[in-house]
Amino acid sequence: MTDAAIPAAGAAGLPRSVHDNRFLAFNRRLIREKPLGAVGGAVFLLFLLAGALADVIAPFGLNETDMLRRLEAPNLAHWFGTDHLGRDVFSRILMGAQLSMIVGLAAAGLATVVSIVLGVLSGYLGGRIDMLIQRFVDAWMTFPDLVLLIVVVSIVGPGVPQIVLILGLLYGIAGSRIVRGAVISVRENMYTHAAQSMGATTWHILRRHILPNIMPVVIVLFTTRIGAVILAEAGLSFLGLGVPPPAPTWGGMLSDSGRSYLYLAPWLALAPGLCLTAVVYAINVYGDALRDLLDPRMRGSR
Amino acid sequence: MRAFLIRRLLALVPTLLFASLIVFGAMRLIPGDVIDLMMAQNDVSTTHDRAAIEAALGLDAPVHVQYVRWLGGALTGDLGRSLWQNTPVASQLAATLPITFELGLLALLVSISVALPIGIYSAIRQDTAGDYAARSFSLIMLAVPSFWIGTLVMVFPSVWWRWSPPLEYTPFFTDPLTNLRHMLVPAIILGLAISAVTMRMTRTMMLEVMRQDYIRTARAKGLSERVVVLVHALRNGLIPVVTLIGLQAPLLIGGAVILEQIFVVPGMGLLLLEAVFQRDYPVISGVFLVTGVGILLINLLVDLTYGWLDPRVRHR
Repeated sequence: MTDAAIPAAGAAGLPRSVHDNRFLAFNRRLIREKPLGAVGGAVFLLFLLAGALADVIAPFGLNETDMLRRLEAPNLAHWFGTDHLGRDVFSRILMGAQLSMIVGLAAAGLATVVSIVLGVLSGYLGGRIDMLIQRFVDAWMTFPDLVLLIVVVSIVGPGVPQIVLILGLLYGIAGSRIVRGAVISVRENMYTHAAQSMGATTWHILRRHILPNIMPVVIVLFTTRIGAVILAEAGLSFLGLGVPPPAPTWGGMLSDSGRSYLYLAPWLALAPGLCLTAVVYAINVYGDALRDLLDPRMRGSR
Repeated sequence: MRAFLIRRLLALVPTLLFASLIVFGAMRLIPGDVIDLMMAQNDVSTTHDRAAIEAALGLDAPVHVQYVRWLGGALTGDLGRSLWQNTPVASQLAATLPITFELGLLALLVSISVALPIGIYSAIRQDTAGDYAARSFSLIMLAVPSFWIGTLVMVFPSVWWRWSPPLEYTPFFTDPLTNLRHMLVPAIILGLAISAVTMRMTRTMMLEVMRQDYIRTARAKGLSERVVVLVHALRNGLIPVVTLIGLQAPLLIGGAVILEQIFVVPGMGLLLLEAVFQRDYPVISGVFLVTGVGILLINLLVDLTYGWLDPRVRHR
């Protein structure tokens, strides 16, 4: 962040237009230096819009069935064909985008908050608390994500709020490692020691010195978690343990209408899988580009 | 080496303790009404009453007593009995664990044999078209859900060529060929999914190693590029990759759950899913515990390999 490093000191007092310019400048740099990442960001934004406007764009109702037009191949009226109940697959894909985005953003957001809280506690306070938290994180991370998810779902039951909560906790605890590392390196900086010796309170140091300086790591963490969370939700829904039907989740569409009717209507398997791949690929590429631009330590390591 | 081994084993103790607390805690979180539901759903009311189920779940004593009792049982291999089939959980695990292990091992082999050559190629031909193609491929593999590929493999070959992957499980020692024919398709899908990370890591490590002084020395001695890459660079570049392979054990087991379900492989993943749908909590907690402990042991093994490969680690 060569261009951002200079105004950073007085950033809080700058008029709004300067912030906007910095945002624009950052995006220009993204497009110039990381074109693939910029495309990824744009594709993700497209899905985000599709999800947000799903109710407006969708040509058919979510659960509008038409038994006369079951398992139709893609055509002009039904762009992605129809499923075994005569529901329009394109409309359901849009609604699925909405669900994926809600789960993705909410769970990744929760995960980031959990990571910050645990990571800052562990990294800044250090000592015995750090030891305890880290051994817990170790133990937590030995369980495979999916097994942990399945076990927890078996206890709390399926549903959107549960899934968001579980995914947020799961990835939040795992991600706290990364925040902790960043906090430790910031903690050892001269300005932190200076603030400590001037008698600044812990809260003040955390708010004014630690948090602003770990923001690049946090932003990258949040971005990369979105993809992981969307994939995990799709996997759970595929197994019938995520968001229960008839909600149109991409994972669920692959397994319920998908698998039993696939031989008659193979296109049913294409749209949800392609969308999942596209969204996750887009956000991963964007996250990689952000990391290269925002996180100087990772720069060049590719 | 012995000091290193002892240090590693001691470090394992707190992690294991926390892991056991997580499994135990998860089972304690089962809400009470689930027992009612379980009784209704499983129709076990004829064979068990509520108290019997609570006893089977170990819910009929103070928390700390429950934990000690449960831990003691787990340490002696007693993981309780399935509420559904009334067989010991330990024997169900003994029957399914080797199958998942085989799937994971095959997938790991696939992953290594894809990732290493491509990763090395990508590094020694940095920024060529081949490098970009390999890196794009690995990024895409990170995004493609394995359950989608699994579904496609089930469908499209049968639509196009009337071939579908075999779904009948045969134990390896009964008929190795039939067994492999069944396991290979899920293993390839799982292996490819996992290869992306290994490939990226191999590339980064090789790039780093290729810039070292001793590589320049080897070249200056007039050694062929082949010897420089395969003998001098690879051996050092691969050390961190070994650790990574250990870190992938959770991914392998997680992926196995889904692929076992698609391809009807009667492993631990399928056991877990069936148990979840039947709310068979002793089985769930058994699988949960075994995956956690198994992964810890795999990582211990990896650490030991690491110490053996890189003498510097031992003496730290």
